[in-house]
Amino acid sequence: MTQTMQDEGYVTADGRKIGGVMMEMKNITLRFGGVKAITDISFDIRQGEIRAIIGPNGAGKSSMLNVISGFYVPQEGEVFFHGKKRPPMKPFEVARQGIARTFQNIALFEGMTVLDNVMTGRLNYMHTNIVQQAIWGGKAEKEENENREVVEKIIDFLEIQSIRKTPVARLPYGLKKRVELARALAAEPKLLLLDEPMAGMNVEEKEDMSRFILDVNDEFGTTIALIEHDMGVVMDLSDRVVVMDYGKKIGDGTPDEVRNNQAVIDAYLGVSHD
Amino acid sequence: MAQSSQAAGGTQSIPALLLRNASEFGDKPAYREKQFGIWQSWSWKQAEVEVRNLALGLINMGVSEGDFIAIIGNNRPQLYWSMVAAQSVGAIPVPLYQDAAAEEMAYVLDHCGARFVIAEDQEQVDKVLEVQERLHQFEHMIYLDPRGMRKYDHTRLHDFAHVQEQGHAARDELTPELQARRAKLNYDSICVMLYTSGTTGKPKGVVLSNRNIIESAKSSAEFDNLGPGEEVLAYLPMAWVGDFIFSLGQAYWTGFCVNCPESPETTPADLREIGPTYYFAPPRVFETQLTNVMIRMEDAGKLKKWLFDTFMAHAKRVGPDILDGKPVGLMDRLKYMLGDVFIYGPLKNTLGMSNVRVGYTAGEAIGPEIFQFYRSIGINLKQLYGQTEASVFITVQPDGEVRADTVGVPAPGVELKISDTGEVFYRSPGVFEYYYKNAESTADTKDAEGWVATGDAGFIEPDTGHLRIIDRAKDVGKMADGSLFAPKYVENKLKFFPNILEAVVFGNGRDKCMAFINIDMSAVGNWAERNNIAYSSYQELAGHAKVYAAIQAHVEEVNRSIAEDEMLSGCQVHRFLILHKELDADDGEMTRTRKVRRRIIEEKFADLIDALYAGETQKYTETEVTYEDGRKGKISATLEIRDAAIAPIRTQKVAAE
Repeated sequence: MTQTMQDEGYVTADGRKIGGVMMEMKNITLRFGGVKAITDISFDIRQGEIRAIIGPNGAGKSSMLNVISGFYVPQEGEVFFHGKKRPPMKPFEVARQGIARTFQNIALFEGMTVLDNVMTGRLNYMHTNIVQQAIWGGKAEKEENENREVVEKIIDFLEIQSIRKTPVARLPYGLKKRVELARALAAEPKLLLLDEPMAGMNVEEKEDMSRFILDVNDEFGTTIALIEHDMGVVMDLSDRVVVMDYGKKIGDGTPDEVRNNQAVIDAYLGVSHD
Repeated sequence: MAQSSQAAGGTQSIPALLLRNASEFGDKPAYREKQFGIWQSWSWKQAEVEVRNLALGLINMGVSEGDFIAIIGNNRPQLYWSMVAAQSVGAIPVPLYQDAAAEEMAYVLDHCGARFVIAEDQEQVDKVLEVQERLHQFEHMIYLDPRGMRKYDHTRLHDFAHVQEQGHAARDELTPELQARRAKLNYDSICVMLYTSGTTGKPKGVVLSNRNIIESAKSSAEFDNLGPGEEVLAYLPMAWVGDFIFSLGQAYWTGFCVNCPESPETTPADLREIGPTYYFAPPRVFETQLTNVMIRMEDAGKLKKWLFDTFMAHAKRVGPDILDGKPVGLMDRLKYMLGDVFIYGPLKNTLGMSNVRVGYTAGEAIGPEIFQFYRSIGINLKQLYGQTEASVFITVQPDGEVRADTVGVPAPGVELKISDTGEVFYRSPGVFEYYYKNAESTADTKDAEGWVATGDAGFIEPDTGHLRIIDRAKDVGKMADGSLFAPKYVENKLKFFPNILEAVVFGNGRDKCMAFINIDMSAVGNWAERNNIAYSSYQELAGHAKVYAAIQAHVEEVNRSIAEDEMLSGCQVHRFLILHKELDADDGEMTRTRKVRRRIIEEKFADLIDALYAGETQKYTETEVTYEDGRKGKISATLEIRDAAIAPIRTQKVAAE
């Protein structure tokens, strides 16, 4: 695999055009005190692709996602975004660059309605100050209407119209996950990070979520990086997969390549030590 | 606004009515749909433009006169326009049930030979694509929502808006053709083809002409004084004749506004926002709403609960009379007004029924308590009896003559007759033309003089002229003494008790009626919990002496109510038992739609029926059951058999011969 910035990308089996490299991780090592969470990992995420990071429990997947989202700053290695080296940033600065995420254990405002929660995703697009908003009218009102329009389109897209005014605390788990996705989408991200979007879901909810992820990628052209445990889902959804184990990269390629990789099989099924 | 019905000459088709409405009502809203959280509306003028562009687009795509166009999806303005556009170009719209599986759709699409399909979204498109190999005449599909279909092969797929644009672009060339086709439409041209749901055998395509639809719409609208100011919420399946009459026939005849919900799940909220003046729902919807209200009241505070109970008791006593305009004392009226402020008004508002002037329920029997509940809080809920074959209306209840046990008087223009076997026949301008490609069934159902068999047995009450439906005609039999035996009539009465889930009544050709009862596990279980009755299984609960006593009281109450009916008084239940297992579709005792299969039950439990008639008080029985994983097992039980008191019959039995 070439790692140059200028390459043209590739075309997937189902005819989607994948662009050049959007984000590149180079020799990332992340330590917490003496513990090495990630050891010397390099991979890239291309424009328009669905990129999965998989691995057994404790492999360092979430840490990796937190490096991408800028929440953790690796001790070694570099992150390139759109060809430029990314300096250490605060999470909100990363968000302004067009990266949004969902969380493994849902992080919504439980007391607020679905609509208000999704509206918070528009924070980066609101420029009026607190006084203007308190007085209302004029610029603040116009801005709210514009943002509401975007939010309503996302609500329609994710088919959550019927819970628009429902406080999040009253929703079942599967729907909360969908609301979280809605909030991430409200930021109109270029790169969407999903931390175990299907964890704890039943088959039907997983099918729905898979369809939404594919539709988001298809309709908005959003690049998606996701962590997932469910191998079936990962293999169906993603274009390329990074496999991690004990903080190291043990495989990288298309789902088929990864499936037949001996190191991956060993990591998942275990090897006999006799 | 007064209804200005023009001479029938110019308005003999739905497209002609659309043109009339566009010129007469112009900017008045014709359609509303909630989109992105906001109600969008289209005036009659705009609707006419939308329909015209689509019609031109259809001609542009090669739709010929006489083609069938299948329409699949939830209630959306665009799909209603599709039906009218299809009619405008001389094609026949065939709305299909949107929740049907691909297999079921394949049969209907193949049977009507639809060349074109207009589908709502990816879900419906996928279903049609799945079975397209088998559809020899299928050529093109138009979809409303492009989402998720970017990568589909678009040689046969077309975007709705794009079809309209292309039609509009070619308007100079195609308008004369459209006008020529539209001019050919008259009362005899086919308006729509609707498939009956097919509970018995394969679905049949009922062909309805413009005469059927417009005459039915016209007379029913006059019956209930429907005017252009009505608001309806279109949320029932578009493939169902009722929706076609309400949301298209009557809407186009009177010019009222049709509101489409944002999605099926948001319907209750949309109902509240729109506040329809004219409302239709099957009994199931009313039942669910009432249950929700009752459950929420259980959790309410003491004061609220007291207010609710007090005023609801009052409403039950005087509410229906006030609604019917009967004399009610001044104090009662004042108290009712107070109740309206505190309870009825807010309750109606919560239910979305504050503005309902006319409400209908039909389809199946509605529990009298449910029916009375809505009427007592001032909602003018009425029953009607109808069929696809009749363009809905056979009988309706006039204002002021509403009762739970009848389905009303013949609708305007409808003649009724009862055959020797007790089956109801009708004749009206709404009677369907024929079943598509099924001359045999047409001949079976409709005779040369235009009388149509309903398949239901019933009778007309001599003093009021109201029709009462007792049962499906094929289930009705005769007792040994020749009097009428209507098992479902009795079973329905029994099933209105929450404790009774199912009942099966026997007695055809016998001298007495006997019954099997299934208790409702949730209702009886709840009662047992409150009364500290311990039980470990359905069987144990069903055999409990107190449960037997409660059921016996129900049976005797039903007997008293049946005794009041001279024709059916022979159907009183003399003896009954509570079955040791729930009737189950897995054991073949019921259909998947939970209708009891009499023959199978009769065979399977022959020993129990014998015991009932032999006068035994106990019976040991073994029954084979099928578990969910397909394994079979046996359960055995000793069942108690009880006698139920028989109420004295008011008059002599009337032999129906």
